[in-house]
Amino acid sequence: MAAPVAKSVSPDPALVALHRFGLGAKPGDDFGKIAADPRGYLKAELKQQDIALISPDDPRNAGLLDSTAAIQASMTAAAERRAARDQKAEPAMRPTAMDDPGGLTETKDKPAVPRVEADIYRDEAQARFDKAFAATPGFVERLVGFWSNHFCVSVAKAAVVRASAGAFEREAIRPFVFGRFADMLLAVEHHPSMLFFLDNQQSIGPDSRVGKRRGRGLNENLAREILELHTLGVGSGYSQADVTSFAGMLTGWTMAGRKGRLGEPGTFVFNANAHQPGNAVLLGKTYPGGGMGQAEAALNDIARHPATARHIATKLARHFIADDPPPAAVERLARVFAKTDGDLRALAVTLIDMPEAWSTPLAKLRSPLDYVVALRRAIGSTAGNEPQRSLRWLKALGEPLWQPPGPNGFSDQTDAWTSAEGLKTRLDIAWQAAKQADDIGNPNEMLASLIGASVSAETRQAISRAESRQQGLALLLMAPEFQRR
Amino acid sequence: MSLLCETPSLSRRAVLMTGGALFAWAHLPRLARAADNRDPRLIVIVLRGALDGLSTVGPVGDPDYAGLHGDIALSLSGANPALPLDGFFAVNPAMPVFARLFKAGQAAVVHAAATGYRDRSHFDGQDVLESGLPGPGNATTGWLNRALASLPAGDRIVKAGGLAVGPSTPLVIRGAAPVLGWAPQALPTPGDALAERVLDLYNHRDPVLAAALQRGLDADRMAMGDALDGKTMKPKGGLDNAAGMRQSAQGAARLMAADDGPRIAALAFDGWDTHVNEGGATGRLANLLGGLDGAFEEFEKGLGARWRDTAVVTITEFGRTARINGTVGTDHGTGTVVLLAGGAINGGRVVADWPGLKPAQLYEQRDLAPTSDVRAVLKGLLADQFGLSAAVLGDKVFPDSAAVKPMRDLVV
Repeated sequence: MAAPVAKSVSPDPALVALHRFGLGAKPGDDFGKIAADPRGYLKAELKQQDIALISPDDPRNAGLLDSTAAIQASMTAAAERRAARDQKAEPAMRPTAMDDPGGLTETKDKPAVPRVEADIYRDEAQARFDKAFAATPGFVERLVGFWSNHFCVSVAKAAVVRASAGAFEREAIRPFVFGRFADMLLAVEHHPSMLFFLDNQQSIGPDSRVGKRRGRGLNENLAREILELHTLGVGSGYSQADVTSFAGMLTGWTMAGRKGRLGEPGTFVFNANAHQPGNAVLLGKTYPGGGMGQAEAALNDIARHPATARHIATKLARHFIADDPPPAAVERLARVFAKTDGDLRALAVTLIDMPEAWSTPLAKLRSPLDYVVALRRAIGSTAGNEPQRSLRWLKALGEPLWQPPGPNGFSDQTDAWTSAEGLKTRLDIAWQAAKQADDIGNPNEMLASLIGASVSAETRQAISRAESRQQGLALLLMAPEFQRR
Repeated sequence: MSLLCETPSLSRRAVLMTGGALFAWAHLPRLARAADNRDPRLIVIVLRGALDGLSTVGPVGDPDYAGLHGDIALSLSGANPALPLDGFFAVNPAMPVFARLFKAGQAAVVHAAATGYRDRSHFDGQDVLESGLPGPGNATTGWLNRALASLPAGDRIVKAGGLAVGPSTPLVIRGAAPVLGWAPQALPTPGDALAERVLDLYNHRDPVLAAALQRGLDADRMAMGDALDGKTMKPKGGLDNAAGMRQSAQGAARLMAADDGPRIAALAFDGWDTHVNEGGATGRLANLLGGLDGAFEEFEKGLGARWRDTAVVTITEFGRTARINGTVGTDHGTGTVVLLAGGAINGGRVVADWPGLKPAQLYEQRDLAPTSDVRAVLKGLLADQFGLSAAVLGDKVFPDSAAVKPMRDLVV
């Protein structure tokens, strides 16, 4: 896809910092100051302590549940729903049910998404949005979004995932955004949300005690996606035998059930009785049998594999620079990955220091999530019913929060988002946002404070000629300079 | 698209009662009319984008009009003749309701009117129009809200609060006095005006986005066109098309007809910035005027017996050039019309100190010269409907406007 800006001049460095790396300008951002030292501006955010975490000290986050509590709440609610359904199915046997229809209201007016999980999801979404709105300039949140999409789970899978997707991101992604890749990988693959999403709790070693007793066997889903999506990348040389073998190593990695037979409900447990015994081979290396350590050792190895370094380097460069990233940029990132043992902070700094990041035209389209966040940062607090409004927008734009169409996450290619319906929906949303914004400043001034001096003459003119503030603001939110990054 | 619809419920907005104290006892006891069971209402419709007054109420008797306004000039002859109001002015044929009300003495026109603002920026012009301040600035309250806040605290008009129609509160009614918000159920989908402007920008700057958006809009139109049974076709709730204008007036009338309903309301209709292919007796502007006419009709119907004491006034930030431009439209100008309708209006009149349309008579040789101040009209309505004194009007409601005298006798 041709870049929209044909000129060979480098983009405004302030815009690179705010759009390519960040989540967009907020009214009051000083373009001149940012442009004077854009790299320093980005690095300053990285240096803030615990910047990637959603702080539990913030009273607004006080209600957030850890994944164990969230999953337990979901399990309890599911059990109650089942009981209510059973009760309704046999009203004749339970005369009290006739007298007390109130107990049945949940099944009678059954919401599309059960209430407990929906409430947890909404609170998590609110916390994530709050974090994104406060971030300056938001490079850290963009990294969180990148890794969260790389290691995605989908709330559409099951109520348990809906309840725990937010906690998963806070527990397995955020603490490691500036740590080592191997540590993030291990945290992710141990997490109940991921184990549930990729069916590993159903995977049983055929020769394990449970496997022999019940005649059940492997589910390769998690093993395959770890190799194909999380680490090595498709076509990097692993075979079906590697997948099968790795799946065997991962058997027994599961989540304790509601009755707590294996451990505290909702937590990760290693169920030795379901684990495939014996040595296993992955990529030519033999991992001796002996429990959970076997797959952990394999994960630690593939986290450091050159194919993983190249896979991650390509995805990072594609996300932050261009759909077809400059080979030199990928090469450099892969080298840093290998040299630093997958130090993700070093990778982030490498991205900032990369000349290609500052010379490549801003030709990618903002993803729906980045667009909605940038739009809300631009217009400030409005009367909308949040977070529901943003969640509805994201759904309409095709990027519902924590609900990708598959384990490969949402697309990071511009073509995927420049769809007819997508653009039309962006227009609808820009208009709604502009209509609902109660206090719109002068759109010409907003343009200056949100896009800066590099804005095209055409965009400037279109906005200055708008027939109302609302129309001017909607034009600003639709302008190529606001859509592209 | 239903995903994008919200249902804003009737809600109190900006309930900041304390501010009202500032205006305590600004009201003069000119409520002799309260004794005769009069229950006055005032509806302000802001037409954003600058209404072409010369295509709304055409001076068909002015010998220079047809030459200046060219193909889009209104005329008493032809396929779509304008509806004569008197021997000199005729209203756009898209407005039969307004013409009927005019004949019945329930509608009037103030022509060649403008606020005190003389530059041609929409944003600043709307600021001045709605804030009631002498010039543009960072206005946060509107003259209609300050008028409400200037009434005595116990007054039923104050107790019922103001009504803001639409998804956002128009500046004209923002302020300390409590305001109720209501919007038609469907949130607005953007009208063609915005889509065209975005497409035009994309065509110049970003062909990829232009192609995608064009396809999206085409698909949308086809979906609308196919829905002949009307079931899948959602009413466009936007306030920049005829259906949306009518719909919002219908809802507002229902709320205002109630005994304890709001007496004062503000609506903002968009889309009047007719630079290109404006049309005359038919076309884009006529479609919008038809929507405005529909809004008058809905207010008349919906207010029932209350219509008798109601005044509706339409205002716009400025007018448009007297001469049509190179794209059969008009550019930003100065003088324009204020339309008045309602049982309370002393109607059947076009109030105008007509400046003429000869080159030397035009403002800066391009615009209809303003001979009436919009503020004088609004002050007259506020004085006669609610008994606000000239002093309060010249100080609190329209600051620094003592020299602009209220235009009296607009109300029966």
